[in-house]
This record gives sequence, C-alpha cells and structure tokens, in this order.
Amino acid sequence: MKAADITEDQEDLNHGEADVRPVIVIEHLYKKFGDLVVLDDFNLVVKREENVVVLGKSGSGKSVLIKCIIGLLKPDKGNILVFDQNIPLLGHDDLDRVRTKVGFLFQGNALYDSMTVRENLEFPLRRHWIDFSQQKVDELVMEALNNVGLPHTVDMMPAELSGGMLKRVALARTLILKPEIILYDEPTTGLDPVTAREIDNLIIRLQKKYHTTSIIISHDMNCVKNTADRVVLLSGGKCYAQGTYPDFEASADENIKQFFE
Amino acid sequence: MHGFATKTRFFLNETGSLSRFTARFFSVGVKPRYEVKELLAQCYIIGYKSLPLIALTAFIMGLVLTMQLRPSLVVYGVESKLPIMIGIAIVREIGPVITALIFAGKIASSIGAELGSMKVTEQIDAMEVSGTNPYKYLVATRVMAATLMLPVLTVLGDAICLFGAYIGVNMHTVTSYRLFIAQVFQDLTFGDFLPAFIKTFFFGFAVGAIGCYKGYYSSKGTRGVGNSANAAVVLASVMIFVIDLLAVQITDLLGLN
Repeated sequence: MKAADITEDQEDLNHGEADVRPVIVIEHLYKKFGDLVVLDDFNLVVKREENVVVLGKSGSGKSVLIKCIIGLLKPDKGNILVFDQNIPLLGHDDLDRVRTKVGFLFQGNALYDSMTVRENLEFPLRRHWIDFSQQKVDELVMEALNNVGLPHTVDMMPAELSGGMLKRVALARTLILKPEIILYDEPTTGLDPVTAREIDNLIIRLQKKYHTTSIIISHDMNCVKNTADRVVLLSGGKCYAQGTYPDFEASADENIKQFFE
Repeated sequence: MHGFATKTRFFLNETGSLSRFTARFFSVGVKPRYEVKELLAQCYIIGYKSLPLIALTAFIMGLVLTMQLRPSLVVYGVESKLPIMIGIAIVREIGPVITALIFAGKIASSIGAELGSMKVTEQIDAMEVSGTNPYKYLVATRVMAATLMLPVLTVLGDAICLFGAYIGVNMHTVTSYRLFIAQVFQDLTFGDFLPAFIKTFFFGFAVGAIGCYKGYYSSKGTRGVGNSANAAVVLASVMIFVIDLLAVQITDLLGLN
C-alpha cells in the first residue's frame, strides 16, 4: 500500500463517521526557524476519543507540531482549531482557558524539581481552582497518583524517583485537571522496554477511563503499535501518510518501511 | 572591523531584549493576580538567607576599613575624625555598593542558574501549559523580592559594618559604643543617607531583572545554565556601577552631595 492510498483510506474513514466531531483541526500549518522549514502546509484532523500517533524521524518537527497545538510556539501561517478555538489567534487568558482542557506530557517530564510530588500535582489545581478546599485537593492528588499506581510517592521529591516513576508522576500531573485532550511528547523515550510497555498500557487504560483524545509523538514502534488508533507520518514538514498500524506495517513505501526495519 | 560590528550588533540586541524583558515587569508583573505566597517565599530566600553572608562581609569590611584608614589619619593628627570618615564612607558609598555586589554574586547567579535549569528542562513550558504565566510567577516575584530586600540588607549591612569599625577603633583606643555612634552621626545628615538608600532599590531591581533575564533565555543545555549564571553576575555587577555613577550625577545635580 502506498502512502497516498493510506491517506485516502483514512479520509474515507473520516467521512464515513460524520457524527464524530473533530476536536483538533490543523489547516495549512507552516513553521520555520531561520531558514529551516519544519512544518510546511501540514494538515490533520483528530476526532473525539481518538488516539493519533505522529510518527517521524528525529528533527522532523513532531515536537514543534504539538507545541504549536498547545500554544507554546506560534506558527508562521495556518490555523490550529482546538474545540473550535483558533489557538494562534487567542489572547493569553483565552489560551489559558483552552489549556485547562488540554494536557501535555513532556518528553523530559518537566516536573518541578524544587517541589514534592504532592506540590507538583497541586500546582495546576491551585492555579485553576482556587476555591478548592485542602481536603478536595488532597483527594484529587491521591486519585491521580492511584491512577498511575504511585500513591506512596506523594511526599517524595522528583530526584528520588526512577525514570519510569517520573513519567508516571508527570502523567498524573497531566491528568489532574481531567483534560479532554492529552498531547504526549515521546512518552516512552529513554525507558527500558518493560517500563515503556507499562507506560503504553497506562496511556490506553487512562484514555478508556477518561475518554480523552490523544496525540502521541513517537518513533518507538512498540508504542505506536500499542497505542495508535491511527498513525500519521510527518515527513518533509507535511502529513506524508496516515492510516492504521497494520496499514503502515504492510506498506511498500520506503519512507514508511524504514520505521519497521 | 567585522568582529566589532558583530559585537556591536550583539550588544544592541541584548540591550533591546533586556529592556523589553524589564518593561514586561511593569506591564505584566504588577497586574493582578498577585503571587503573594511566591513573593514571600522569594523574600525569605533572597533576603533572609543572604543575611549571614552580607553580615560577615560587612563586619570584615568595617574592621579592615578602620585599620587601613587609621595610620594615615594619625600622620595628619586627625585620628579623632576616624568615626565620621568611616560613617560617611559606609553610609554614602561603600555600604550600598559592596552589599549590592555581594548580593549580585549570590542572588543573580542563583536566580540565573535556577531559571536556566528550569528553562532547559522545560519546567517553564510546563508552567505555561498548566495555565500559569511564568513571567508573573517566576520573574516578577524574584525581581520584586530583590528590589525590596536589598535596601533592608543594606541598612543592616551598614549597621554591622559600623560595628566592625567600632571594633577596629577599639583595637587602639578605648571608646564606648555610644560615643563612637555619636561621633559617626555627628556630621551625617539625612541627605547622606537618603540618596544612598534610594539607589539600593535600583541596585536590587537590576540584580533581580538581570538574573531572571539571563536564566529565562538560557539555552544550550547544562553549559548554557552555567553561562547564564556567570553572565548574570558579571552584567549585574557592571550595572550596579553604572547605576551608582548615574545616582551620583543625579544627587550632584540636585545639590544633595
């Protein structure tokens, strides 16, 4: 199967399920750094409760893409509609309101290293729900930690945790605001295969529990296989191909095949 | 010639960037919602935790200054003027400037390194994603704390420096502390104290803003963090002298000298 075929198949799939509203619509996205064009007329539609994995080589612009979606980077051209709000045009306050519905799991976890796990999890809660009692905050913190199987780490510092535990705590922090969309930036990078599999399972379990929509950036094919409802290949700044994991596995396209070698 | 042009362009770019960064303090940092808890935490870290270092250096400075000045005054037969000379030197110039330099060495580097490491580990991005304005939470609170704490530290440092000077005077003659203080304040006026006190607010603001600026725009991994901390101290120290020079000119023009 060729890349174009996969894309056409997916378009058919999208049209066939018209009742499923898209929560993210990216149109003609263009972003460059200096003379380096990273995203060049990139388009993508993500439906509610869908797990989309964006696959691509290192430096292909995968992280730039999700940072544009969350508003950390401003695209040079194009629209990014999240819940029908055009992210590049939003002011700071409106962007913050959208961000309460969008979680972001950083590649390096980005836990605040001067705070305990409890304080890390409390931080986003305290910013958005000032009126919550301490008891309510404690309940939500423990619920989030129970979800990732780490309630005993609540008073530990991030420096005391292993790589896999850090990733889980970061995921718990992402989940604590109960986001409707979660953006994962290479969630299994740097983890051993067993821990990586555990993180994959956690992503799937939490997606089912909270009915979240996910965009997962990865070049770990096990992660792609385990988590993807749909795979999108980002190459040359464009959406080169999209389809299911079996479609990609069966593809004869050289650009796709190299990820399976 | 090409190198000079590049360095000039870099200098102008940095100056513009630092000016814009600092201007954001007045447009973003002073608007609600106020980060009172973080401000108090930073006042504790920046002010209270700097006190032992400031106190130690101030005491030694007062002692050494007295020991160095005394022989010259003895030669001219004006040893009795030692307390007032030391008082003027400490209150008007040495106290504020040396305290600010020690403060810059400790605080600008620590803020630069802290924000720099937060930047390269994406903690600042994480803060932004969680709906917190990192400039308001991290920068405005640190700049405000440095601006408020340095004047307090300077007053305390001046007092401890004078105590060191008193010990220095007593190494050769027996003088009561009450007499020493009376001699120090004999010719000191509010006009000596006020301009020196006011300029410490500007010193503190410069130290906080430069430390935050260098950390906030840190890049290139751990080496970048080290460079940020180093550059923050150097630039803050230079800025203290520039502000001091301007302050002297202004007080001179106003006839306060």
